[in-house]
Amino acid sequence: MTLKEIASNAKSEWEALQKGSYILIGTATCGRAAGALDVVDAFNSGLARQGLRVPIVQVGCMGLCYAEPLVTISKPGSLRVVYSNVSPEMVPRLVEGYVAGDDPCLELALGTLEGGGGEAVYIPELPRFEHELRLILHRCGYSDPENMNHYIANGGYGGLEKALDTSAEKIIGELQKSGLRGRGGAGFPTHLKWEQCRRARSTPKYVICNADEGDPGAFMDRVILESDPHQVIEGMIIAGYAVGAEQGYVYVRAEYPLAIERIKIALKQAEEVGLLGDNVLGSSFGFHIEIAAGAGAFVSGEATALVAAMEGRRSEPRPRPPRLSEAGLWHKPTLLNNVKTFAYVPMIIERGGDWFASVGTEGSKGTAMFTLAGRVVNSGLTEVPMGTTLRKLVYDIGGGIAKDRRFKAVQIGGPSGGCLPEALLNIPIDYDSLRQAGSMMGSGGMIVMDENNCMVDAARFFLDFSTKESCGKCTMCRLGTVQMLHILEDITAGRGKTEDIDFILTLAEDVKAGSLCGLGQTAPNPVLTTLRYFRDEYEAHILEKRCPAGVCPELTLYYILPDRCDRACEHCILTCPTEAIKGEKGKVKVIDQEKCSKCGTCLEVCPPEYNAVVKLSPVSSLPASNVSPKEAKK
Amino acid sequence: MITEEQTSQAVAEILGRYRKEKKNLIPLLQEVQTRLGYLPKRALQEIADFLKMSDVEVWGVATFYNQFRFIPLGKYHTMVCMGTACHLAGGRLILEALERELGIKVGETAKDGNFSLERVACIGCCMLAPVAVIKDKIHAKMTPFKVEEALIPYKQEAQGRLEEGKSRSQS
Repeated sequence: MTLKEIASNAKSEWEALQKGSYILIGTATCGRAAGALDVVDAFNSGLARQGLRVPIVQVGCMGLCYAEPLVTISKPGSLRVVYSNVSPEMVPRLVEGYVAGDDPCLELALGTLEGGGGEAVYIPELPRFEHELRLILHRCGYSDPENMNHYIANGGYGGLEKALDTSAEKIIGELQKSGLRGRGGAGFPTHLKWEQCRRARSTPKYVICNADEGDPGAFMDRVILESDPHQVIEGMIIAGYAVGAEQGYVYVRAEYPLAIERIKIALKQAEEVGLLGDNVLGSSFGFHIEIAAGAGAFVSGEATALVAAMEGRRSEPRPRPPRLSEAGLWHKPTLLNNVKTFAYVPMIIERGGDWFASVGTEGSKGTAMFTLAGRVVNSGLTEVPMGTTLRKLVYDIGGGIAKDRRFKAVQIGGPSGGCLPEALLNIPIDYDSLRQAGSMMGSGGMIVMDENNCMVDAARFFLDFSTKESCGKCTMCRLGTVQMLHILEDITAGRGKTEDIDFILTLAEDVKAGSLCGLGQTAPNPVLTTLRYFRDEYEAHILEKRCPAGVCPELTLYYILPDRCDRACEHCILTCPTEAIKGEKGKVKVIDQEKCSKCGTCLEVCPPEYNAVVKLSPVSSLPASNVSPKEAKK
Repeated sequence: MITEEQTSQAVAEILGRYRKEKKNLIPLLQEVQTRLGYLPKRALQEIADFLKMSDVEVWGVATFYNQFRFIPLGKYHTMVCMGTACHLAGGRLILEALERELGIKVGETAKDGNFSLERVACIGCCMLAPVAVIKDKIHAKMTPFKVEEALIPYKQEAQGRLEEGKSRSQS
């Protein structure tokens, strides 16, 4: 079948949907975690009760994770209204009010997708959308990822059709013009990789999509695969055509079952109409894609380690050269790109490299995708032009810091990245600026920390992750990171020594120099950046045995101020999970420091009018009045 | 526990669908684990024989990856997310609370086979941090106080099954 024929079917299906009312419900993993499937059930039964036949379309993620489950009700001739934090209990009201009736229930709405909703928020005018530019994400949340016709009706596979009429050199030329750099984090120019693989003489060649997103706190790749998998498949087919490969693989973490399921469905649909197969769109070019489910190893994100895993071995990296483009999977030329890199390819081919290059900065073209999490108000997923400042991301898109606390740092790039302080919030997001600041683009996970987060503890956390995920091949990575971790553990436990800081700095350089792959080379980054920007916190831990944020358990304790404690109230006693708080009726409550697990529940539950619980650090600042209950009895 | 015969039978059935190629090792391990819930020693040996690999080589690959387990999980498998967002929001406290409430350490399965506890790197719902998953249900914005409450229905169900079993054996 030609694309024209496929597209005419797709368009009529899409137009038929648009003619009537329909309901979009976000059911990607984040939506499901918030209860979206219960909302789907509630709509099904609610519609049945009313005798309504309105299609429910399960869509992917709009990126507004804080507002999940998200429901959009679309009615011809009326406003499309988006409802946030929808619970099954709200559904009957929405069905009766807006699906059956004319009341858009604006009091429950996040906003409308068209203007003219009166006082309702016009979603495209939310501050975050002023900065966002959704190239990859623009269909996510609006089209059904399990229905290829939705993708095709909105221009999908047009890039592939055009590519098949173009020479491989010209396709790679467009990529060069576009300035696209690998979105896996390192930022290697995509066209160079493709050109090297195209020139390799050996056959067969392979195309691999790296969807082994292992960075804790990053989930962009998952969202793309769950919300709009066809753009990745289209990019891979174009890659196969350009480099001369006939076989592609999507290497995706087994921890992403929904993503795997949705790629499977997408592959099957593409095969059925001849977008994949021996004759792609009737041409002489054949391409097939299979899924390889990764068994969970952070190091597998490294290209040569990923290839080892696919070959059935331990996922250990090897020295390069030879590059994968010369000797990759089963020693054959292999092109390996990240999910996002492939997703950009169709639009670059369709709209031209110059168009793509018009977005972004001198050295970093196009958009960047980030997951924003941690202490921001609006966590979620965002896509902004390269060059957008960190400040805009944290404050305008993320909505600033939750609970009016003070911003402390933003951590970019996970265990390979670094923590940047407030003074650097005005740097533009691009590969080179972030690297200069000691961090890196990485996979695009962005975690915001506030005054209640300890930077030494954060560094220890990332290092702990890296030691666990080190494959063990290089000595410096295997043992050096562990040694660094032990020192940080000592510091956070109050056993730190003055000379530790210098030692850790030396060790960090050795680990970087003595490691073969990105994991070891970047593992010291969280420590180095926190030392560079938050050295005072390290010094407080070492010299004063004090954790300024009150996080490190060995250096912190909770204390109930006797003169503030309302003696009749027992909130803390009733909620303490270790029953560490004692106090008879009418007497001051006292925390048994030996039993206390330092969870802070008492501080959370103490009514604001008393505010009697305080965190103290160092532990030597505990007033003598905090006697243990045993001693009190004496 | 699964008997050795059951293991062999299940493994043989799965092996029958694969070619004897080394690249199939990880998919084989994954499928056997999906079927049996974990990888018994016997299964690893049989996979090694099938692929003409040494036991050590198979063991080396299986223990390398986080996905593979070598002890059976509890009926109510509990996972605590230790991703960055969850860590910053107090994931450690949730883990400690679960260890305390369940009476097992992370990585263990309780002797009665009801609960098992595992830490996972990131389950990707950072906006709900800190997160614990009990028997596939995600518990969002956990606190040490809520842990006890969240476990009640499962503990009751386990207790109910125990008593049902007792009364059946008496009658």
